[in-house]
Amino acid sequence: MNLINITSVTKIYHTPTKEIKALNNISLDIEDNKIMSIIGPSGCGKSTLLNLITASEKPSTGFIRNNQPIMIGYMMQSDALLPWKTVYENAILGLRLQKKVTNDNINYVNDLLKKYELYEFKDEYPSNLSGGMRQRLSLIRTLAIKPNILLLDEPFSKLDLETRKNISDDVYKIIKDLHISAILITHDIEEAISLSDEIVLLSKRPGTIKSIYKLNFTEKEIPSIRRKDEIFNRLYDEIWRNFDHV
Amino acid sequence: MKYLIAYMMKYGETLIMSNEHKRYLRKLKLNKMLITISQISLLIFFIVIWEILSRYNIINSFIFSSPSKIIETLIKLYRDNNLFIHIYTTTIEVVIAFILTFIIAFLLALALYSCKTLKKILDPFIVALNSLPKVALGPLIIIWLGTNTSSIIFNALLISIIVTFMTILNGMESCDKDLIKLFKVFGASKTDILLHLIIPSAKKEIISSLKINISMSLIGVIMGEFLSCKKGIGYLILYGTQVFNLSLVMCGILILSLLSFLCNIFINILEKKLLR
Repeated sequence: MNLINITSVTKIYHTPTKEIKALNNISLDIEDNKIMSIIGPSGCGKSTLLNLITASEKPSTGFIRNNQPIMIGYMMQSDALLPWKTVYENAILGLRLQKKVTNDNINYVNDLLKKYELYEFKDEYPSNLSGGMRQRLSLIRTLAIKPNILLLDEPFSKLDLETRKNISDDVYKIIKDLHISAILITHDIEEAISLSDEIVLLSKRPGTIKSIYKLNFTEKEIPSIRRKDEIFNRLYDEIWRNFDHV
Repeated sequence: MKYLIAYMMKYGETLIMSNEHKRYLRKLKLNKMLITISQISLLIFFIVIWEILSRYNIINSFIFSSPSKIIETLIKLYRDNNLFIHIYTTTIEVVIAFILTFIIAFLLALALYSCKTLKKILDPFIVALNSLPKVALGPLIIIWLGTNTSSIIFNALLISIIVTFMTILNGMESCDKDLIKLFKVFGASKTDILLHLIIPSAKKEIISSLKINISMSLIGVIMGEFLSCKKGIGYLILYGTQVFNLSLVMCGILILSLLSFLCNIFINILEKKLLR
């Protein structure tokens, strides 16, 4: 079943000197329980598309329809943790803002903190955490509100390669465990192949859909296993050839 | 026992100290002591030299006064029941100006942060008011409000408000855009964003604004007292100049320095409490 339908969406930004077409005629169906990656060169409108899905911006033409009530979980490039709040307070931030701090939800957050090895740091401040721990906390905060769709806006781009690979495995397992949908924005082809069920390749600005790749990995093939698969390299070469290098 | 073990595990590193670390801590302590002793010695040296130069008529004690004469004047002011009246008057005026400035500047910053159009409309007026030498408005303030405490506080407000407000607004505007986006995605209202994100993230700038505000309020109050007043440290300095009692002027400056020093201590305590 489709969670979100994006139909003929175009986005134009207006500045005093010119108008910039960021996206052109994008039509996409975001399926339930699937991970979709949107890749393309810098400035092709990937983050704009995410802003349209979160409704923080409106499309210039076309429309976006949610087929069921959606609860969005959003992870961005920076871990966006509040430095003046403790690990625990950061973890329940979304619940607090949505006024959903119930005993059940608190227990859920505590379970997540235990599961991702942050429970013993719950009274520490984010400045005392490593890069990987901060990103895990950011993910826990996102999951605390029990989203049915996760939007990941290059969430691993600021991490070192090792942490990045480990957290990719973690995120993949979580998404599959919770049976939720996810949209990953990245310019890293390897990351897209290792995590996704479907890859949407955008052209350079104004972003249009160049190709859609359906991936046939099994659910057990977590990112680190996929990277060793022979199909991985074949797909990488194919996408690399179609990628608009700027 | 359980708690002791937990404590040992958490702070074990600091409890079991290597000799090298002990040496480092000793060096740190010595350095701190050296700085404090040097500061006190420098002050004593300055006071002694001043006293000697004045006592042996190397400098004119009538113009430059001397530490002993300043102390005499202080004792005389105290005996005449004048000392604390002046200190109290100036302190109260500074406190009122400081609080009023902060409240108005904070509300103004909040309004201009929330309404960008209002900010654009008021921008040229704020720039003009900021660059205007406020002392030029002194005579007007006296005509409008009279020679009383209100005109002194108003003068201090004029001097401190723009720079305080600009510092707070700057802090609010430098809030991480990713965080604002995150709050919006979580469905936070504008009030939530202001209360739980914008204001806490501007905490450092708000504290800086307090530091600027307290010194500006002090300057404004003294300037106001120069213009229109019969009480206060500013008046004491002005009166001393008019009757050529330079010891009284120096006495006023000394009290002012102490007051400014105490104000800074107060702000530092506040900073530590707020940034905890």
